[in-house]
Amino acid sequence: MTGKLIGLLLFTLLVQVVPAQGAMVPKRSVLSNGLVLLTSEQRSLPIVSIEMLIDAGARHESAEHAGLAHLTSNLLTDGTAKHSALQISETLDFIGASLDTGCGDDLATISMTILKKDLAVGLQLLGEILTGASFPVAEIGRQKQAIIASIRAKEEDPGSVASEAFAAALFPGSAYGRPVEGTEASVKRLDRQRVQEFFQRYYRPNRTIVSVVGDVSEPEISAALNQVLRNWTKGEASKPPTVPAQNDIARTLRINKDLTQANIILGHGGVPRGHPDYYAIQVMNYILGGGGFSSRAMESIRNERGLAYSVYSYFGAEKSYGTFQFVMQTKNESAAEAMGLAREEIRRMRDELVSEVELSDAKDYLIGSFPLRFDTNRKVAGFLGQVEFYDLGLDYADRYGEFIRKVSRADVQRVAREHLIPEKLLAIIVGNQQKISVQ
Amino acid sequence: MLLVVLVTLSSPTISFAAQVQEFVLDNGLKVLLLEDHKSPAVTFQVWYRVGGRNEKDGKSGLAHFLEHMMFKGTPTTGPEEYSRIIAKNGGRSNAFTTADMTVYFATMSRDKIDIQLELEADRMANALLADTYFEAEKKVIQEERRLRTEDNPGSALYEIAASVAYTLHPYRRPVVGWMEDIQNLTRQDLVDFYKLYYAPNNAVIVMVGDFNSEEMLAKIKAAYDKIPRGAGAPQMTVVEPPQRGEKRVTLKKDAELPILLLLHHVPNLHSPDSFALDLLSMVLAGGKSSRLYQDLVYHKRLVRGIDADYSAVSMDATGFAVSAQLLPGAELAKVEREIDRILDKVRVELVSERELQKAKNQIEAAFIFGQDSIFGQAMKTGYYEMVGDWRLVDSYLDGMRKVTREDLRRVAQKYLQPDNRTVGTLIPAKAKAQ
Repeated sequence: MTGKLIGLLLFTLLVQVVPAQGAMVPKRSVLSNGLVLLTSEQRSLPIVSIEMLIDAGARHESAEHAGLAHLTSNLLTDGTAKHSALQISETLDFIGASLDTGCGDDLATISMTILKKDLAVGLQLLGEILTGASFPVAEIGRQKQAIIASIRAKEEDPGSVASEAFAAALFPGSAYGRPVEGTEASVKRLDRQRVQEFFQRYYRPNRTIVSVVGDVSEPEISAALNQVLRNWTKGEASKPPTVPAQNDIARTLRINKDLTQANIILGHGGVPRGHPDYYAIQVMNYILGGGGFSSRAMESIRNERGLAYSVYSYFGAEKSYGTFQFVMQTKNESAAEAMGLAREEIRRMRDELVSEVELSDAKDYLIGSFPLRFDTNRKVAGFLGQVEFYDLGLDYADRYGEFIRKVSRADVQRVAREHLIPEKLLAIIVGNQQKISVQ
Repeated sequence: MLLVVLVTLSSPTISFAAQVQEFVLDNGLKVLLLEDHKSPAVTFQVWYRVGGRNEKDGKSGLAHFLEHMMFKGTPTTGPEEYSRIIAKNGGRSNAFTTADMTVYFATMSRDKIDIQLELEADRMANALLADTYFEAEKKVIQEERRLRTEDNPGSALYEIAASVAYTLHPYRRPVVGWMEDIQNLTRQDLVDFYKLYYAPNNAVIVMVGDFNSEEMLAKIKAAYDKIPRGAGAPQMTVVEPPQRGEKRVTLKKDAELPILLLLHHVPNLHSPDSFALDLLSMVLAGGKSSRLYQDLVYHKRLVRGIDADYSAVSMDATGFAVSAQLLPGAELAKVEREIDRILDKVRVELVSERELQKAKNQIEAAFIFGQDSIFGQAMKTGYYEMVGDWRLVDSYLDGMRKVTREDLRRVAQKYLQPDNRTVGTLIPAKAKAQ
């Protein structure tokens, strides 16, 4: 499949805020062990989606043991006190359910999508994992080998090489500057004892948010979770993530690879999710490079000059920090020209007021498309978890529109001047350096 | 490309196609409407019966190039204005081209969807394909090819393997086009192609979401009835001759880990064997408890991951691809022998009753999960309609439920054998960039 797909991909990336709609306001409760439960009953299909966010991300590990949080999360479905890895996958495959684990800097995640008729089987398994994942030595060996291979395989993906180099340069010495997988050397150092200690300490109900969306009522799911998680006991409380030190002094970092395109990131630090300028920045960035075919970056670099297929900018906003990134790929020979145009568009956002039409188009898209972004139970479940994690308020979906509507042309220029800083732009260029003529 | 769409089907309780309503306008435009009132959104799609398979040698990438140029305006809509209009009305739009079809779509709130309906009618009849934007868009497409294929080892291997697997059939050409072909395409090529294939009698509208069918049909008639019927698109009649002996192809490229790809010729959904092939792909690689995963990923630790991809929903006979990226230190020859051993086993022995049931359950569950999205439902309806008839969604479910263990062994014997395949290997050749 090939086409103008990037617009779609982009918006999921960029506008990290998610969904809205009156019916999408969840019920919230806290179980006796401290677990926060968010539910939204959706009866139209016999399916249930469960999304768990656990404060067990890579920020809790040391540089020496980088990859520990990720390894622990990968091993969750590889054995419990009662069942082997094969028995777990056989059970899930037989009912056609999915149970995926993931790990980021702040959070570990567990996602399940399951038919309603099999919900009890799925919850039983979730309970077993959270209270009794067993981390068999043989499975740890397998996972370490697989992770080391995936670290190598990432080298084949120029986009991820560039984004890892960007994070490493911007947040040196912080977990936020390291890949969650760790390095080959650090993964080799990990062992069962460390994994078990990590699991015991951080996988605790009072560090966990569970969102459940689908064919199940709040009392029903709450009783079932209380039952399967009755042996899951409170641990140490969550502490807010720390703010990483930023090294955003303008410089150019080149990585040489035998590629036809230069993969470019221009960027610097940004703002955390709770920053008061967050919404004005979203509007500003839509106009700059977040708005797909409506953005200035796309118009100048793709449509007018044909220099790139994919070009976009975004402000990633995490709990304790943020980043700004302008991302594009262009043939090695035109890297300098494309980067010049990117800098020009950034400068223009700061120097000139955006037009009335640009402002209203941006606001209309952000507000109008908001409800469309949660078109599946799974996406609604993901949204509910974010609302809780970022303290957005249960009525966030209803209030999103007013946050955006308030933004004025002057606000857009003010946040551009404050949060787009040409003299701090870090440039990452992955490509065939012999053909790239950037100063 | 041809193998990307994982086919999902079947459910004992949900009859899907029964709820679709079909209409045909006087100019031959087919309209498929499926009401779904879960949320106040509608997806509106126009499917053209044209893709890479309709191109001639030397003109690869033409269908896809035309898709890009369809965004460059009409007498009443400026270049790229389509995307901006949809966006400022809160909609999300895009398009894609495959070997079999070209599809334009937007999802919007129910009170805005008329905008998309009108804009698609306009560009079905009046696209300018203006010369002014032709050269810049050509460069964009060449960048797209660099991004998706040239700098992506897995895609590059698939492209070269398909070009060897097919002797005659157009599936041997990449949908995005070979770089040199893209360079040589002219605006006149696009204009001719547009005239030939973009007509109401070569298109299907698929609409799913929160609307009233009667009301919507009236709006569609008002916008599309006036577009004249086309002369009739030429049919692509090339039939791939049977393969008589294994083919092999090697790609050497800057990469970290080798990849092995086994591409077998198999029929599409018009053959009753397609049901068993679908289930066989699940038995082989559907989930961590599947045969190939257990053997090569889990026990023998030879590969990072392994897939068995088969999509019956294609216009012509298609491919059954087994592919794996190796773990560091593993040898291609050994991985190939091991995959062969597993394939040989399903050719000789019956799979267990439980494995067959598991495969059926996985496909049925995936079908129900797919109902969660209006976009997903529209895609399924459109794909089946393109390659035959949207009603095949339901008959497919019935067909799949009847498959026996003997059927799996029979199709494995018939299709998953070395004489019927192309073996592609990616061999990492380390960086020569200075």
